[in-house]
Amino acid sequence: MLRLFNNLKELYKYRVLIQNLVSRELKARYRGTVLGFLWSFFNPLLLMIVYTLVFGFIIQPRDPAFESNPLIYALFLFCGVLPWTWFSSSSLESANVLMVQGNLIKKILFPVEVLPLVVVTSNFVHFVFGLPILFLFALIMLKKFTVYMLFLPLVILVQFVFSLGFTLLVSSLTVHFRDIKDILANLLTFWFFASPIIYPISFSTIRENMWLQIFLNLNPMTHIMQGYQNCVFFGEMIRWKKLGVTFLVSLVLFFIGYAIFDRLRDSFPEEV
Amino acid sequence: MIAIDVDNVTRIYQKYSARHRFKTFKSALVRGDLFKAMRADELVTALDRVNFQVEEGTTFGVIGENGSGKSTLLKIITGITKPTSGKVAVRGKVSALIELGAGFHPEISARENVYINGIMLGLSKKEIDRKFDEIVRFAQLEEFIDAPVKTYSSGMYMRLGFSIAINVNPDILLVDEVLAVGDASFVPKCLDRIDDFRRRKKTILFVSHDLSTVEKVCDRVLWLKEGKIQMIGDPKRVIDAYLQDIAEKQEKDFEIRQREIEQKVKEEEEKKEESEDRREDRWGKREVEIKKVRMINLRSEEKHVFSPDEAMVIEMDVEAKTHITDFVFGIGIFNSQGVHCYGTNTHSEDFEAQSIEGKGKVTCRIERLNLINGTYYLDVATHKRNGYPYDYHRNLYTFMVSSLFKDVGIARPEHTWSFSSSIQMKPPTPRSE
Repeated sequence: MLRLFNNLKELYKYRVLIQNLVSRELKARYRGTVLGFLWSFFNPLLLMIVYTLVFGFIIQPRDPAFESNPLIYALFLFCGVLPWTWFSSSSLESANVLMVQGNLIKKILFPVEVLPLVVVTSNFVHFVFGLPILFLFALIMLKKFTVYMLFLPLVILVQFVFSLGFTLLVSSLTVHFRDIKDILANLLTFWFFASPIIYPISFSTIRENMWLQIFLNLNPMTHIMQGYQNCVFFGEMIRWKKLGVTFLVSLVLFFIGYAIFDRLRDSFPEEV
Repeated sequence: MIAIDVDNVTRIYQKYSARHRFKTFKSALVRGDLFKAMRADELVTALDRVNFQVEEGTTFGVIGENGSGKSTLLKIITGITKPTSGKVAVRGKVSALIELGAGFHPEISARENVYINGIMLGLSKKEIDRKFDEIVRFAQLEEFIDAPVKTYSSGMYMRLGFSIAINVNPDILLVDEVLAVGDASFVPKCLDRIDDFRRRKKTILFVSHDLSTVEKVCDRVLWLKEGKIQMIGDPKRVIDAYLQDIAEKQEKDFEIRQREIEQKVKEEEEKKEESEDRREDRWGKREVEIKKVRMINLRSEEKHVFSPDEAMVIEMDVEAKTHITDFVFGIGIFNSQGVHCYGTNTHSEDFEAQSIEGKGKVTCRIERLNLINGTYYLDVATHKRNGYPYDYHRNLYTFMVSSLFKDVGIARPEHTWSFSSSIQMKPPTPRSE
């Protein structure tokens, strides 16, 4: 435990490096594309349009919260898809990051946990770029801003810690078990539908089924997604208790992930 | 003051078998042996109880064959790899010229890469700001600094990497065979920089296969062999011992090769007992047969690796089945490109053949080989004066000339240099034989 804190302190010294690597990542990602940074806006937007067409117009939302309006449903979707994209891209990228940057790990001495951290942070920046679209959309559809948006940073913090723990775990284990990459891709699809993103947790089918409720409540992502939806879509107070427990779970995941990462650290230069 | 203290360091690498490779995360989880699955079942000792110290301000060379543990040693000193047992203490900032440009991102400009690489090597942003122009100038990349690195040639890549690493201004510089890729104008510049470091009394650890450079720049040399310290001390002594060791090893290789060739010739002979036609490597009807050829030195030891100023004696056991009066013995030396370096025979040197019958021995003694570095093939033959072959051995025998001189060409005519008093020239340090 003490060692982990020392590691964290050491990591702080590398903040300039992290900052530079994140900006490099952002610059490199859209280098050569015509739209450049606009892709950070377009990607979630296009994704949202697809979901709106399928679930809004074809399947049609049945929940009363959407007032039978596909566009309001689209706003609800966007609340979840945007942060989910942050989480799923971070996870998928982190599964590869140690192998992709193997050359660095083998030749230069630096705390390797910088790499998953950079993955989460650069995807976070993309997420932040998507926020103005979300806010603008919310303003158009709901005709007002809610004060509960002020609690958004708390939800984001919980997700950041959770993502970081998860990526530390995934990135270090993938070095030894390359299967994880494929398992993860499927797991994330399942996880996406197992979280209240395309449906609200108040959906009638869920309310009537106790097992479904228990299952959803055990999923940390449920509470994180609900946090976003409460702050932006429903204009309600975040659920302090549930989000608080989720934060604790995230912290535990972070320390477990970091401990495993730390334990496997010495094997990275040989195995990547 | 000790700059680098390597104390009884052992590094064992784990070799994972195929069985482990296919084991999946799931099975590891199910069977609950996550960490056990990561344990290796075969171990490779890359460094075995290595013990040495490098004084501050000295240049320390490390030599050894491929796979002797040199790179592992450097990685342990930089801290990238941890020793399995033992300790390493390093005083001062270390910069490693191991893999230049490691971590360059191909899509972004060289300018941005300089910053990121510099930060990774331990510079602050301000320091890089200050040194930026110098880095770019040294790498000779002023015009291309804003182009993405993926458009760079490998030489430009290397120059930029070297320039960043050398400008980190470390207390200890680790150099690992990086000068092998630079072009003719850049390498001297790099060597100048390294010399500059030496003058400023910084510590350098120099790993190279270029033995003459090692001898020139190093104060002490360590010779690693199979992960163990074979010898440590005065450069000339260590390098000589190392060369001796390599020559012995080559000698063994040649012996094995020679035996294989002899074996092959014998097999083919048995196969083609009747049809004594012209063959690729041996032909003639063997009225006079060359039974055996030996290359020996003056002490009558059979040898295959010679130094240029050494004597070589070629001994041939010959046998004539009948009484023959018209015969010539000849030798020829070819290099690996097939260039005929030298050839002579008894006829062209005006010996007059009288008679031969039964067994005999022919010896040709070359006082000094005077050839340059390389592998050579020896032809021997007996034939009539008009060229009709009795027994011709083509390229059946190989030997090697190994020297420290880097002269080029085919032969090495004996020569001496002298200079008038107005020219200052330091003579090379005499080598012990």
